[in-house]
Amino acid sequence: MNETPLWASESFWKKTAIWVTAGSFLILVVLTFDSLSQTQAGGKRVPAYSVINKKIDYVYQKDLHKSMPVIGETELLFGKEYTEAEAEQLVMLGKKTTQAKNCMNCHTLLGNGAYYAPDLTKAYLDKGWVNKEMREDMMIKFLMDPEKNARTFGSNRKMPNLDITEQEAKGVVAFLKWMSSIDTNGFPYNFKTINAED
Amino acid sequence: MNAKELCEGSRANYANFITWVALDRSNLSAGRQLSVNYFIVAVILFFAQLLFGMIAATQFIFPNFLYDWLDFSVNRMVHINAMIVWMLYGFIGCVYWLLEEESGTDIVGLKLGKLAFWVLTGAVTIVVLVYLLIQTGAGKDSSLWLINEGREYIEAPRWADIGIVIVMLIFFYNVVATFSKGKWSGIAGVLTLDLVALAGLYVAGMFYMTNITHEQFWWWWVIHLWVEATWEVLVGVIMAWSLMKLLGVRRQIVTTWLYIEVALMFGSGILGLGHHYFWIGTPEYWLTIGGFFSALEPIPLVAMVVHAMYDAGSHSFKNSNHPAVAWIIAQAFGNFFGAGVWGFMHTLPQINMFTHGTQWSASHGHLAFFGAYATINIAFFYLAIQHWRGDVWMNSDTANAWRWKWALGLLNAGVVGMTVALLIAGYEQSFIERAVEGSTWGGYFSAQNHPSFQSAMVWRWFFGLMTFSGLILLIWDLLTIGKGETRKAQEIVEH
Repeated sequence: MNETPLWASESFWKKTAIWVTAGSFLILVVLTFDSLSQTQAGGKRVPAYSVINKKIDYVYQKDLHKSMPVIGETELLFGKEYTEAEAEQLVMLGKKTTQAKNCMNCHTLLGNGAYYAPDLTKAYLDKGWVNKEMREDMMIKFLMDPEKNARTFGSNRKMPNLDITEQEAKGVVAFLKWMSSIDTNGFPYNFKTINAED
Repeated sequence: MNAKELCEGSRANYANFITWVALDRSNLSAGRQLSVNYFIVAVILFFAQLLFGMIAATQFIFPNFLYDWLDFSVNRMVHINAMIVWMLYGFIGCVYWLLEEESGTDIVGLKLGKLAFWVLTGAVTIVVLVYLLIQTGAGKDSSLWLINEGREYIEAPRWADIGIVIVMLIFFYNVVATFSKGKWSGIAGVLTLDLVALAGLYVAGMFYMTNITHEQFWWWWVIHLWVEATWEVLVGVIMAWSLMKLLGVRRQIVTTWLYIEVALMFGSGILGLGHHYFWIGTPEYWLTIGGFFSALEPIPLVAMVVHAMYDAGSHSFKNSNHPAVAWIIAQAFGNFFGAGVWGFMHTLPQINMFTHGTQWSASHGHLAFFGAYATINIAFFYLAIQHWRGDVWMNSDTANAWRWKWALGLLNAGVVGMTVALLIAGYEQSFIERAVEGSTWGGYFSAQNHPSFQSAMVWRWFFGLMTFSGLILLIWDLLTIGKGETRKAQEIVEH
């Protein structure tokens, strides 16, 4: 018997390849629409930009076995209450600054990027900023002159001076505050924020 | 020395170099002359990739090295961009190489293809110079349009993105028009559809978005669906064609295997995209979908190993180009271990929670990109140089064969060594920074300052140097192999 069995035939696998590819892609497109609508800024997973007016924390939830962002009372950034449009403007300036300064090729954002400097996902909530009274001032000074205000934690690695203006630095801080409020399914695990009791 | 003398001096050096290399372009068809142009730039960028990788690796050990001149971010950007671009150049070169023979006719838009080559090469040169000399800009749109977009792997400024799309369209036109004029085949069909997807996906990465969840969502469409789907299929095409040419495998066998690979690759890889959607703000269902499908991603890579090894074995490894076949075998295993095993090790969300954003990814990245993509391109460099020398004998019994064997050994051992060193660093980082200290900045630095992390970085540096010396030997070998050889290539009969 010289006939090729179905499982080894070219035409069977050709059809399979086409159907599998088309089917997978279709499912991906449907899930993409769903994911994008669930992650609009202003939704449950990704808060509106004006969240920068609020207190943000990241707290371990025993029942869920993971930490979740907790949005609290008013806690103004730079002592100012931003409208949604103003907040978006400021976060946008910060986001564009992080791209133009190429932050991602040393740091990670949401865990993605390079591994030469710390993750920025919850950087706004980091204990390294000592306390909430000092935090904003320290962040601005650090961003504008990272050499003089170096935070090397015993390593010799220093962030270079990237000529970040004061307005850009404020934008970056706003962007980091907003990013820290995103529901990242519990990543990073076991993160203790600046608000946590020791 | 004035400018005129300098100019004349370099011209004389270039002329001496050309005489020494003694390569005769008339051995190649016009289409293949275009193909080798792409290969030449690919090798130059490969060199740049390793050079800047070495500088960045040095900065992990001596952070003050070139501080404020060429900071880590710049070196790392050039390191990964040079890699992506040289691999793309290599792929375009491979496709132009096989296009005429596969379609049975001359390339239709050869002049346009040549123009596109020079436009792309000019654009790449400008982009790299801007990366190195201007580096960063102010936080506004003009920086993203003219300097860099600051998005890992696709940092090229927007103007260059548009240029790349135009060049890809010309390339795509050449492929489709040439197959249409000549003849279509299974390989041609898969190649064409894959190129549509590859070029189309790039557009998904060309928009600015403030919402970082949306931005990273689309960014992964480009990066993942390139390297874990369309590039893999492209390699499947190139592999299928080269197994026919080098070993004489029957067309029906390679085509059937190619369809199986496409079904498995796209069946696992398209929804495997979900493993990048665990932690960026996207819904929880991605934990299940991404975990499940990406865990299946190694299966097609096993199939590719079986395919390559079975075919090589059933032809008793009799082939017309020994270095090329050796690199194809290296590809089969490198792809399986680097992309398959190393990817699988940290793809499940329960593990990825702790390994995400650590040196684990760097370990996986080094072995996967090298194993899956560098190897197949190097195989084609050998195929190209063989024909450029006039289709000469290229078996392992020649006097200088030690060069390609040592280059093969040094490059593979160097990359494997770096991979293991980075894996140790990754384990340590996952434990100390992620699990114990909860990923704070303090936790990050405790892990970075730990002796086992620091010694891993030293080991990585030495294995990097081994890789680099392998590349220098490879370049020397490519320039000299087959020189003065009078025997014709070993004949391969299809069976």
